[in-house]
Formats: sequence, structure tokens, C-alpha cells
Amino acid sequence: MDSALPCLKKSDGGRPMGEFLQVTEQCSGQSFRCKSGQSVLKAMEQQGLKCVPVGCRGGGCGFCKVTVLSGQYSCGKMSRMHVPPEALAQDQVLACRIYPLTDLIIECRPQQPAARHTNEHTTTKAMR
Amino acid sequence: MKKGVMRPGHVQIRVLDMDEAVKHYSDLLGLIEMDRDDQGRVYLKAWTEVDKFSVVLREADEPGMDFMAFKCLSEEVVDQLRGELAAFGCEIEDVPEGELKDCGRRVRFIAPTGHAFEIFATKKQTGKWGVGNHNPEAWPRGLEGMKATRFDHCLLYGPNLDETLNLFRDVLGFDLAEQVIAPDGKRVAQFLTVSTKAHDIAFIHHEEPGKFHHASFFLETWQDVLKAADLLSMTDTSIDIGPTRHGLTHGQTIYFFDPSGNRNEVFAGGDYHYPDHEPVTWDAEELGKAIFYHDRALNERFLSVLT
Repeated sequence: MDSALPCLKKSDGGRPMGEFLQVTEQCSGQSFRCKSGQSVLKAMEQQGLKCVPVGCRGGGCGFCKVTVLSGQYSCGKMSRMHVPPEALAQDQVLACRIYPLTDLIIECRPQQPAARHTNEHTTTKAMR
Repeated sequence: MKKGVMRPGHVQIRVLDMDEAVKHYSDLLGLIEMDRDDQGRVYLKAWTEVDKFSVVLREADEPGMDFMAFKCLSEEVVDQLRGELAAFGCEIEDVPEGELKDCGRRVRFIAPTGHAFEIFATKKQTGKWGVGNHNPEAWPRGLEGMKATRFDHCLLYGPNLDETLNLFRDVLGFDLAEQVIAPDGKRVAQFLTVSTKAHDIAFIHHEEPGKFHHASFFLETWQDVLKAADLLSMTDTSIDIGPTRHGLTHGQTIYFFDPSGNRNEVFAGGDYHYPDHEPVTWDAEELGKAIFYHDRALNERFLSVLT
């Protein structure tokens, strides 16, 4: 099985590997370079940015959900629970499993901590 | 009080891509592929395990845990416990012999946390891989990667911890070895053992039922944990946290993710528990230290990234 399935929008026919593409996250205004074939999340992490939350990095947990506002990309396998077909149709995908084919503009709306993390008992005081 | 449940027997994990998953669990963790079935499931074991398999991988479009099973002393125990599980009010499903290859009938039940568990008594025994039980050598040659020695436990997230403790303690004979208590007195984490291990199954309170936090595999030494971390970097595998030590159970640990986002742990050392021991208690205010003994602070990913 190919790790990167072409999905959504039309491909530009593929660019040579090694080329850098620009990814811009709209809410933070942060921008980073992503190698062709590299996942958006990995590129962001490598450049020390935090505009998308990092979870399992395997398409399983849904932590890094973003909406692609413009540009073309291919995507790997993602949990259907977090990316059902209707979400995919609206370009709501996981940053760890999308591979830019052109420059991308993505949006990662900050989630309320309570939305992901409702357990009031799991706080702890910083000890350092 | 012991009720005839012996140990964790197997866990069935859903993966998004079977080839990637098999490579991860065999080449990296060092499990041994033992069989495949006509559903495409892959059966693996760690080398010290006597039974034929302990990990079953199933390809699906959503990762997570299908079920975890405990092995019992005899079929009579399974019959007895089936009755007690039904009386407790568990939803029960009888899974026929052979549904998993070379495994006898299993009794599946849903715990109040929403997770599916099974008890069974019969599984083909192929012996410790590569060494057997007659004048055995110390370890077999030809192990891969982290050389995991056994499937040890799972940590699961879900609601209704009190009822789940009642079920595991009163019906199945587990002991509460360790717990985390919130300021309002509510137990928010519970580590249960049916042996002398620090835990055979653990639960953390979470509103959403049936979530999978990790499956854990035992290594011999801290040096092995360090080398496991080396292998994670060599293979560019997603690391969650570690190497470090837990406060809870005091094991030496590293957490990482399989290619589908299911969390794995490999660990060494840790405490032991006997039935006459009082549970070890951590206050929730100290949860950072309880989970990561050196950092003494939680990371949100560890608490909320689940499959």
C-alpha cells in the first residue's frame, strides 16, 4: 500500500523530491518550509514551531487536526474516527499524515483545553 | 482473594497498515511473528512467553484496542467466572474455540470503563522461543530490536473506576496495588495486579469510555531501556516521553507510538505486590511526580493522546 495516497484536489503532476514547499498556519501566522515527501507536522517540529499540537504522529489520535485552506497535498492513512469521509471532503485532515504537493495554507484553530482534556483531577503543580 | 486468573494472555490491537505494524512490532520491539489467519490478523509473542501468542494485530480504519484477555488456570475457572461476571451485570459474549488460531473458547465481557476483556484457559503452548524448557540457555540468538521479553500490561482510559475495581477485585481476584486519589477523595487512577507484578492492568479516569493508552512490554535492565531509546531514534519512531522513571510502580520506562498512533511502553524494574500489602497511594497533586519521577510535571500529550 502506498504510504501517500493522492487525495483531494488535482495534483500538479508531482514535483521533484527535495524541493521545499512553504506551509503557512493562518491562526498563528507562522510559516515553515516542508520538503517534498515530508509530513507537514514533521516539518513544523523540525523547525521548532508549535502552531499545531503534536500527538502520536501516526494518524491515530487526532491531536494535529488542521483544515487545509489552499494548496494541494497527498495524504496517508488516518483514523476514520478523527477523519471521517465528510471531514476529508472539507480538507479537515491530520497534519502528521499530509504531504504538500504545492505551497499550503492551513488553519489550526486552538482547541479549548477542556475540549480535549475534561478531567479536572489530572492537574499537577509545576515542581521546578 | 485469588480466583484462578493467572496473567495477561493477549491483546488485540487495531492498526491502520498491517505491513508497517508488523515491521514495528517485530523488527523494532523484537516480538516474534508466530502465525497469521484468514482474516489477515497477525499473531506475535515475546520470546520468554510459553503460550503461542500474546499480541494480535488487526488491520482496521481506526486504531485502538479490540480487547485484552487474561488466562485462567482451567476451563472450570472460566465457567465459574462466567457465572460471576453475568451476576455482576456484565454484558457477556461467548467466543468459540478457534476464533483466534490455536486458542480455546473465550468469555468476553465489557468492563464499566467500556473496554472489552476476555478470560480463557486454553491456548497452544509452543514454549519459550529459541530456548525451550530443557537445559535452556540464558537467551536465544536471533532476537531483533528491543528484544522485548514479555507482554506485561495495558493502561486503559475510561469512566467508572470504582465499579471496575469492584469487578476486577471481587469477581476476578485482582488486588489494588497502587492508586491516585484526588483532593475530593475520588480515585482517578488504579493499578491492579493478579500476580506479584506491579500491575497486570491499569486504569485512569477519563470521561470517554473504551480508550487505549498503551500496551507495555518488559525489558530486563535500564540499559535495555536506553538502547530501546537508541533504536527509536535510529528508526525515526515517534517518541512520547523518556527514558525516565515512573513514581507509580517505580519502573524505568520509555513511551513511543506504533505507526498507527497506538502508544507502546517498554520498561524495566519496578515494584512488586503481595495480597497482604496495602495499596500504595499517590495524591493527585503529585501526579506529575507520580507519572514522571524526574520531570515532576505532566505533559498534556501523555494524558490526552489516546487511540
